[in-house]
Amino acid sequence: MEVEGLHHHYGSREALAGISLEISRGEIFGLLGPNGGGKTTLFKILSTLMSATGGIVRVFGHDLVREPDAIRRHLGVVFQHPSLDSKLTVMENLQHHGHLYGLRGTALHTRAEALLERLDLDERAHDRVETLSGGLRRRVELAKALVHQPDLLLLDEPSSGLDPGARRDFTNHLGQLREQDGVTVVLTTHILDEAERCDRVGILHRGKLVALGTPDDLKARLGGDVVVVQAMNPHGLQVKLRERFGCEPALVDGSLRVERPRGHEFVREIVDAFPGEVQSVTFGKPTLEDVFIHLTGRRLWGEEMNGGGAA
Amino acid sequence: MRGVVLPVMTLCWREIVRFRRQRSRLVGAFVQPLVFWLLLGGGLRASFQPPGTPPGTSYVEYVYPGIIAMVLLFTAIFSTISVVEDRREGFLQGVLVAPVARSSIVLGQVLGGTTLAVVQGILFLVLAPAAGLSLTVASVLSVVPVMFLVSFGLTSLGLVIAWRLDSTQGFHAIMNLILLPMWVLSGAFFPITGVPAWLGWAMRLNPLTYGMAALRRSLYLGNPLAAGAVPGLASALGITLVFCLLAFIAAADAARRSAA
Repeated sequence: MEVEGLHHHYGSREALAGISLEISRGEIFGLLGPNGGGKTTLFKILSTLMSATGGIVRVFGHDLVREPDAIRRHLGVVFQHPSLDSKLTVMENLQHHGHLYGLRGTALHTRAEALLERLDLDERAHDRVETLSGGLRRRVELAKALVHQPDLLLLDEPSSGLDPGARRDFTNHLGQLREQDGVTVVLTTHILDEAERCDRVGILHRGKLVALGTPDDLKARLGGDVVVVQAMNPHGLQVKLRERFGCEPALVDGSLRVERPRGHEFVREIVDAFPGEVQSVTFGKPTLEDVFIHLTGRRLWGEEMNGGGAA
Repeated sequence: MRGVVLPVMTLCWREIVRFRRQRSRLVGAFVQPLVFWLLLGGGLRASFQPPGTPPGTSYVEYVYPGIIAMVLLFTAIFSTISVVEDRREGFLQGVLVAPVARSSIVLGQVLGGTTLAVVQGILFLVLAPAAGLSLTVASVLSVVPVMFLVSFGLTSLGLVIAWRLDSTQGFHAIMNLILLPMWVLSGAFFPITGVPAWLGWAMRLNPLTYGMAALRRSLYLGNPLAAGAVPGLASALGITLVFCLLAFIAAADAARRSAA
């Protein structure tokens, strides 16, 4: 899949400001970013639900604007919001979906049964979807998106609303798919765990792709460890740290963050230098969230977590 | 061919399965017109001798074909509401990313709604003797395809609106402003004979007037006098057919323009 200079406006608001990226076959690619960062817009464009105001998208050599049907055939889509008919049974949902893709009869039935078995849904095949738990419904969504053997699977926030156990199961199923069927997976997420498990991650912020690479690469760019300092007077300490150590501490949600090789030594130096002012110091290997903060100066969850106190 | 027929059939089949599994819809689409018939027919019988019909025609009999049209109308409304619900609940997104033409999606929805309406219309035909109407085999064979055409047109018209809206509230408002007045002004409720000129024109311009006329002509097949002063079967069918076609094209167009 190739995306070139993709941009999109809603009226005067710019949702995507020129996105370019390439995703190769068999890759698991994650689009990470906060809500409102452009993920959903990009997802809608890639899944052929919406046309972009400008730019080019090619999937398996087909142009998204001129040949949407050629792409739709290869595309499996799992939406953030449920797309199952709750009045139909699990099997009926899969069959209905297969019919839309021109499959039918025994071939379709066998394929649907195999999928349900693989996703541990075979016992619920003849239950109506409205009687299923949230986690099971997500798995039926996945099964549905796979009925027509897509080559590219698009998932919008696939694990939102799942408990950690169900989320792990879901991710394992995706891994299996790639191994066994060579399916390319593109997913959007704001869950770090999920992004960490992708082959490559693109970070979307305000409609721009601010970083692109493997999770390890992205973290390695920060150079060493991340030290987080809680202080009585973070603004004052920010200035003092800058003067004393020549570093550039970022103030995020009331705590100071410094990226620094050999973080453990730096922790001791800070505590020795400003004994009365430091409330707590932690250090750790950088996560993708640290990458995000480094690039944007904001937390991934900013609005949702709290108004600015320590997080 | 298979690329069109299969998706259309499966969408149509789904409408029917859903209907069977939602009892309240059956009540809404069948019992409600029945109650209307009893109340209107019973209440207006004494005060209203429909002009333009042979002497002795009771209002209960006059309004009976109109109530059949109401059955078709209500079923059409209910099945188009399901499009709005499909969008709100997310089901439609999955259909829209499939390699199926928008016109096929709409055709599946229209045929689903039409099938439901015709089946209920046929159920209602059983009550004809209660209206004082004796049906012949020929008139049943004629009235069923007419019911199909009328429902096809009404469901398509409902879909033109449904594809543009995202809330059922908005849908109800528009239904009350468009579809119900269409029914009232179709000759279902009162004949065109003797109404003021402006009302007469509104009725002549109303496409459902011709569907209504085709229903009456079919029910009274071989007894044209009893059908009253309505357009002839051939012209009524012709206009209804054109209406179906235009409404379907408009619905398919609305679907193409709609973003998910």
